[in-house]
Amino acid sequence: MLIYISRRFIALFLTLVVASGVIFTVLEILPGDPAEVILGTQARPDTLAALRAKLGLNEPAPVRYAEWVGGMVHGDLGTSYTYSVPVSDLVKQRIWVSIPLAILALILSTLIAIPVGVVAATNRNKPLDFGIMGLSQFGIALPNFWFGLLLVYIFAIGLRWLPSGGFPGWSAGVWPAFRALILPAVALALPQAAILARVTRSALLDVLGEDYIRTARAKGLTQRATVWRHGVRNALIPVLTILGLQFSFLIAGTVIIENVFYLPGLGRLVFQAIAQRDLMVVKSVVLLIVAAVVIVTFLVDIAYAFADPRLKVRR
Amino acid sequence: MTDPSFASTAISTEGVEAGLMRRLARSPSFMIGAVITAIVILAAFVSYFWTPYDPTAMAISSRLKGPSASHIFGTDQFGRDIFSMIMVGARNSIAVSVFSVGIGVIIGVPLGLVAAAKAGLLDEIVMRMNDLVFAFPALLTAVMLAAIIGPGTLGAVIAIGVFNIPVFARLARGSALSVLAREFILASRASGKGTALILIEHVLPNIMNTLIVQATIQFSLGILLEAGLSYVGLGTPPPFPSWGRMLSESQTLMATAPHLALFPGLAIVFAVLGLNLLGDGLRDALDPRLAGRSAQA
Amino acid sequence: MSLLEIEKLSLSINGTPILKHIDLSVEAGQTVGLVGESGSGKSMTSLAVMKLLPPGAQAEGRIGFNGIDILAAPENAMCRLRGNEIGMVFQEPMTALNPVKTIGEQVAEGIRLHTGANRADAEARARKILERVGLPVEKFPLSRYPHELSGGQRQRVVIAIACALKPKLLIADEPTTALDVVLQKQILELLRDLVDENRMGLLLISHDLAVVTDMADRITIMRRGEVMEEGETAKTLSAQVHPYTRQLAEASTHVPARAKFVEGRAPEPLLQLDNVMRDYPGRRVSLFQKAEPFRAVNGVSFSLAPGQSVALVGRSGCGKSTLARMILALDRPTGGEIRFMGDIVSRMGESALRPARRNMQVVFQDPYGSFDPRHKVERLVAEPLHLLESAPSPAERRERVAAALHDVGLSARDMNKYPHEFSGGQRQRLSIARAIITRPRLIVADEPVSALDVSIRAQILDLFADLNQRLGVAYLFITHDLTVARAITDEVMVMHDGVIVEEGATGRVLDHPQSQAARDLVAAAPDLQRAIARRLEMQG
Repeated sequence: MLIYISRRFIALFLTLVVASGVIFTVLEILPGDPAEVILGTQARPDTLAALRAKLGLNEPAPVRYAEWVGGMVHGDLGTSYTYSVPVSDLVKQRIWVSIPLAILALILSTLIAIPVGVVAATNRNKPLDFGIMGLSQFGIALPNFWFGLLLVYIFAIGLRWLPSGGFPGWSAGVWPAFRALILPAVALALPQAAILARVTRSALLDVLGEDYIRTARAKGLTQRATVWRHGVRNALIPVLTILGLQFSFLIAGTVIIENVFYLPGLGRLVFQAIAQRDLMVVKSVVLLIVAAVVIVTFLVDIAYAFADPRLKVRR
Repeated sequence: MTDPSFASTAISTEGVEAGLMRRLARSPSFMIGAVITAIVILAAFVSYFWTPYDPTAMAISSRLKGPSASHIFGTDQFGRDIFSMIMVGARNSIAVSVFSVGIGVIIGVPLGLVAAAKAGLLDEIVMRMNDLVFAFPALLTAVMLAAIIGPGTLGAVIAIGVFNIPVFARLARGSALSVLAREFILASRASGKGTALILIEHVLPNIMNTLIVQATIQFSLGILLEAGLSYVGLGTPPPFPSWGRMLSESQTLMATAPHLALFPGLAIVFAVLGLNLLGDGLRDALDPRLAGRSAQA
Repeated sequence: MSLLEIEKLSLSINGTPILKHIDLSVEAGQTVGLVGESGSGKSMTSLAVMKLLPPGAQAEGRIGFNGIDILAAPENAMCRLRGNEIGMVFQEPMTALNPVKTIGEQVAEGIRLHTGANRADAEARARKILERVGLPVEKFPLSRYPHELSGGQRQRVVIAIACALKPKLLIADEPTTALDVVLQKQILELLRDLVDENRMGLLLISHDLAVVTDMADRITIMRRGEVMEEGETAKTLSAQVHPYTRQLAEASTHVPARAKFVEGRAPEPLLQLDNVMRDYPGRRVSLFQKAEPFRAVNGVSFSLAPGQSVALVGRSGCGKSTLARMILALDRPTGGEIRFMGDIVSRMGESALRPARRNMQVVFQDPYGSFDPRHKVERLVAEPLHLLESAPSPAERRERVAAALHDVGLSARDMNKYPHEFSGGQRQRLSIARAIITRPRLIVADEPVSALDVSIRAQILDLFADLNQRLGVAYLFITHDLTVARAITDEVMVMHDGVIVEEGATGRVLDHPQSQAARDLVAAAPDLQRAIARRLEMQG
């Protein structure tokens, strides 16, 4: 178990190192001169030189990389070119929108998907199963941002139950802030839940064909007890894999959904930064998001070891 | 069950393709999916020769009209015909997905096959690189590319293509490993066939079905991703119509002209649904084992 | 009244008839053997008794158990019977246990369910029954997971689950087919003791006539869903009244007609192994400690003359398949050398190996897995022609494939078919056709008949004997089945823990084994004649 966790941890660390290298290469080395990217090709040579000096671009690339990563470790994400404020300040305000939104969506989709998937599998080839599977096909095909627009039209513009967008901030109270996240979270969660429910169903059907299910039945367990005691836990193993992969989609989805609901999260920040060609902000925010994805993958791998005792010795 | 035919089901043993056609024709999801996909492709194709209106022609006099006999999906804030824009937009969605699936298959499948055949260090490197790419959602790659080369179709294709590489590499590796573990591979090696020949003659044909099914799924995912990227302004730039951007432009007019958001969204759902149904039908038909799967409990 | 009484049981699945008018009964304390080849319906019969039939199954007739009409019993009544009054043991110990639950949980689950015992009591009983089946708690605590146990140990856990509540009837469906002969003997003895202790009825299902003869008081022989013959084991098998019974018994002990191998004048050995070793990296137990390598083959030396037929026998995991792969140059030894026709093949590169490969072919165990399902027979059988110096023309290729098919008793027309159009025995013929198409000097056959039904097995053994005579090809048979070794080989080598512990003329080694490993194997190997004799003796 310890070997397994430490190997996963080393993999996590290496992925982060390489990922930061890739981000740095793409955003600072490939463009040639980041200062030119920021100011445009028409910029005067002395303005460019001044910006280069300000951004520390006169240092060799490895030194700049080391400074950037070193700063990251200490919570210093560099300085935004457009706002002239530390990127960490910009991030701090916004991360408390994006993270709760992603987690809320993840919880919501899991709570919907797993029971629905189990119900579909245990009612295989019955009308209930066909109904769930048909709906899930639509769910998968639904772009979350469009679904968000529909939700706004129905629940905010039409029924006026929930706000159509914007975020009052957590300082305005937990409930108003939470209310602002409900529609975005639903928009994110339902399409994901559709995929997860299908995975749960097929994983459970696979498991129900296994020999040990027959052993359990031969012990005298009822069909229902067999499914819950012996089926579901084994079926959760492939479901966990998909859940881990989905988190990366959820993060991307969060970035897009923030635009639908005008939420001041990391997604809005990064798009403003692109519009303003603020490479410093783009670089650090991208790395933060990648780090979030990698850490969640690591956690899923650990959860694996608990779900599947065979993993503790294998690999 | 002692009949060994029940045990050896790692790969469909159906060698005759006639049975496949019959199963496909009997699969409702395949048939519906095929019809929908054909309609989408046809719309894109026809749009090169004919659309009801010029999709870029603005007509201020007839702006924000709801659906009617002359404009069946209505018009947008510049008076452009939405139906025509959706037809032309299909081209964009299809082109981006085709190229990005192409990138994924051409780079990912050979990587996966080689990783499976040459276990050890090379396998480890390929798989770790896969993990790395998985850590970059397509959106982030698009964001980085947009930051340095500006938003555009190329950035979207590369971003979605890069995202597809590990998908195909993992799938190819996994299914190749299960083929390589079978005895006929040993028999082939005992016949002096080298790794490359075995991969081409035995492994690739046996994993082709799986790859085709995955390609349909990635194709539909590509359409979704492209729409998402265009929606946030990282896709094909105006004036060329794209479904995602039509949605983002509709957003401020949501309260007064909901049809602006409705039809492009339905177009996306329609195309993605069609491809998913097609993929599901194909998978069931290509792998009869899944269709006839019996749960003992 | 019998404990289990099956009367005129007919069964169909989605309209396809599977069983026709089966009659069978088991008394308390009695062992009944149910024998048949694949597709005979013996497993379905047992599942019908448990009422665990696949969806779409339709049963008619009557199954009476202890006064209960099983086919009419409601599901909750069946749940009370299963695991409590009727226990069941399955064929595949590797997959019969839930991988994410400990063995303690799995054994205790049924006890708690049926007796309502609390966790501690149930675990105490689980400990007791595990101890009884040979898994003492000091070495096998309840917290073990199935993957931490070997196949034989897992089968003991399955038996513990089935017998935990001392059921009146135990059904064992091919309980030892997946195990090697030594484990088979241990498991069968365990079953026999448990049945005696608790006066259980045992319905033992097997394809192996010798196993059933050893165990069963009465025997029922099934074929294609029907009962062929039923009676007292000793009488039925010694009289062999029914033609199918006779056919089965003869096929089980079939020895192909074959001239004795005469060693020529000082022949140069075809194959020679000198102190061959193979290490595998072991599993790491700690982060800071390098893993100990595992030595699968340890200093094996032997030689094989042209035209000679040699068996390499041993228990599963003894290293015999690893050795076979090294001889075939599919794997390299970590030490020692292998010479084939004078060349040191163990050091050659793939291109230098081509002439050697042409003269050395292979036949595998699984007739279903050894062909690429996507290619036609012509291409499959012709694959080794790739090794010829110059590629044959298409016409020549077809001719050679046709000749090879003819040699193995198939028709030239078969070359346009796909492998799934053939039966298991025919596929094994295809394997052999592929192996002889380059007219090799040596064929390595890894358990070539153990996946086949006995009657087909006899035919394939005849084919091997025939080709040995006609083509002068030498054989190395890798097998755990001593009847195969006895039937078809001149010499036998016994392998144990990576070492060859005994070798010599087949008859001598098998009749008078010297080493402990060989004695264990011979003692455990089921033998129909011996079993019948023993049973007749028992009855006086």
